[in-house]
Amino acid sequence: MAFFILKRLAQSIIVMLFVALIAFTLFRYVGDPINNMVGQDTTLAQREALKKKLGLDDPVVVQFARFVDHAVHGDFGESYRLRKPVSALIEERFPATFELSMTSAIMALLIGIPMGVYTALNRNGLLSRGFMTLSLIGISLPTFLIGILLILVFGVVLRWLPTFGRGNVVHLGWWSTSFLTTSGLKSMIMPAITLAIFQMTLIVRLVRAEMLEVLRTDYVKFARARGLRSSTINFSIALKNTLVPVMTIIGLQIGSIIAFAIITESVFQWPGMGLLFIQAISNVDIPVMAAYLLLIAFIFVVINLVVDILYFVVDPRLRVQSR
Amino acid sequence: MSEVEAEIDGELIGWRARLADNDLWHSFTHSPLAMISAAFTVIFLLAAIFANVVAPHNPFDLSQVNLMDSLLPPSWMDGGNASYLLGTDDQGRDVFSTILYGARISFLVGFLSVIFASVIGIVVGLVAGYVGGFVDTVLMRIADIQLSFPAILIALLIDGVLRGIVPRNDYDDLAIYVLVLAIGLSFWVQYARTVRSSVMIERTKEYVQAGQVIGLPGHTILFRHILPNVVGPVLVIATIQLALAIITEATLSFLGVGVPPTSPSLGTLIRIGNDYLFSGEWWITIFPGVALVLVVLAVNLLGDWLRDALNPKLR
Repeated sequence: MAFFILKRLAQSIIVMLFVALIAFTLFRYVGDPINNMVGQDTTLAQREALKKKLGLDDPVVVQFARFVDHAVHGDFGESYRLRKPVSALIEERFPATFELSMTSAIMALLIGIPMGVYTALNRNGLLSRGFMTLSLIGISLPTFLIGILLILVFGVVLRWLPTFGRGNVVHLGWWSTSFLTTSGLKSMIMPAITLAIFQMTLIVRLVRAEMLEVLRTDYVKFARARGLRSSTINFSIALKNTLVPVMTIIGLQIGSIIAFAIITESVFQWPGMGLLFIQAISNVDIPVMAAYLLLIAFIFVVINLVVDILYFVVDPRLRVQSR
Repeated sequence: MSEVEAEIDGELIGWRARLADNDLWHSFTHSPLAMISAAFTVIFLLAAIFANVVAPHNPFDLSQVNLMDSLLPPSWMDGGNASYLLGTDDQGRDVFSTILYGARISFLVGFLSVIFASVIGIVVGLVAGYVGGFVDTVLMRIADIQLSFPAILIALLIDGVLRGIVPRNDYDDLAIYVLVLAIGLSFWVQYARTVRSSVMIERTKEYVQAGQVIGLPGHTILFRHILPNVVGPVLVIATIQLALAIITEATLSFLGVGVPPTSPSLGTLIRIGNDYLFSGEWWITIFPGVALVLVVLAVNLLGDWLRDALNPKLR
């Protein structure tokens, strides 16, 4: 087991270095970093001095090593557009994205898994067919359109919910939370639903497919032959085995929720990292793009690692094999 | 009847008989949902291609656009004008016509990026599966890494990088190609993996060994003999990815990093209309949205049908 984890850890580090290389290439070769940092009236001598100070004359390998070293210590340079350290910008925006993503992930799981199990157990029921049709529509509905429709109905026509921003936030140290005020909670509802719907449709389809697969296996047939109650079979045996592969996908889903948060944040003007990133793209603000890329890659790698280890813990067959 | 005519007739009958005998055709004519989706897609596609003939107005010809007609509601509502079926936008452009012209760009980007992605993916998959060894390991590692990130994120990133490289003045003209490149490069992995696994099965079959024995060059075996046998799954992926590509294009354009407002796609139209949502002019954004969803839904349904029809296990 230790060997397996070490191997995975080594793979994760290679992936991170690969992503760091892309981020470094972006920073170094897309546009001229010096030109992006100084004004029009900077003299050539000052440019040279800055170049020297940043070490842009050093061999590329040395520069890359320095880039990685800085990144590990949380230093991503200064945003070209906002003239502030990128790490400070991200620190300020991270809580908003995190709260939004977690709320919708939990929402998607709490609704998606029961719906998936139900549609698998009652394959031909009317409600199941309805759920499946809904999930196909859910997949075909782009995230931003869901947001717009919600805004139109609940924000513009009914005027029940705020349509942009986080509402009032409470600061707890450097963390800002919108869970502790009414306006914050109200602001959370529509963005969270928007973000959750796509993930939910995926979870429903996945749980359904896995559950159907498990229900066909011999051990389920045997359990039926033994005359166990069908609730025992469905929930203690089938559901348990369904959740193992589902876990992997859910790990990946959390990553994709963060990616889709870019769209949701843009629709609702939610002041998170996604909005920061999209503004960075329109303005070719490379340091912010590079930092965001590295951060997302890091989150992905950590989630993957955790899921792999969980797999080991949950599925005894894997432990036997690796011995 | 002369001999030649009889031959042509025979051939025709043969062609029809073959079609009627074809599994795919049989499955198609027995699935109403697939037929409706196909009909809708084809009609919409034709309307988009021939937008300059079909559309009642040319929204991008300034001499035909009248600012006095701006922000008119759909024709069935109070204040609507019969010549503007779905209303007009802030510049007096007919929403119905802009949807047709916009769908043209959405389809164009969708098709081009699917073609681009499938060419890269198929070549990588064929090479990785056939050559194997180190090449295979490297290519599949890259695919794994890319696959662990959502395509939309990769597309956004490539789009952002290209924005940095392409000169600002040319950007609007090149936006479509930038999008095709960004979406294509973020979608190739699925083809590569599918083709690779099919190739690894085909590689051990006798016809490939026969080709190797008579000394055919590797690329001939790969492209002339193996490729046609792995095309089925590729077709399914391509259909489903067409829907995804159209959504991705719309999303990027909605986020403001896609097609410019001067030649808007459906996504750009939704973005433009979004500004008028709060003042009550919902039709500018909702109708392009409905068009987008219908297209994507139809293509998705076609993809679902094709996957089931080509999967022998489900028959």
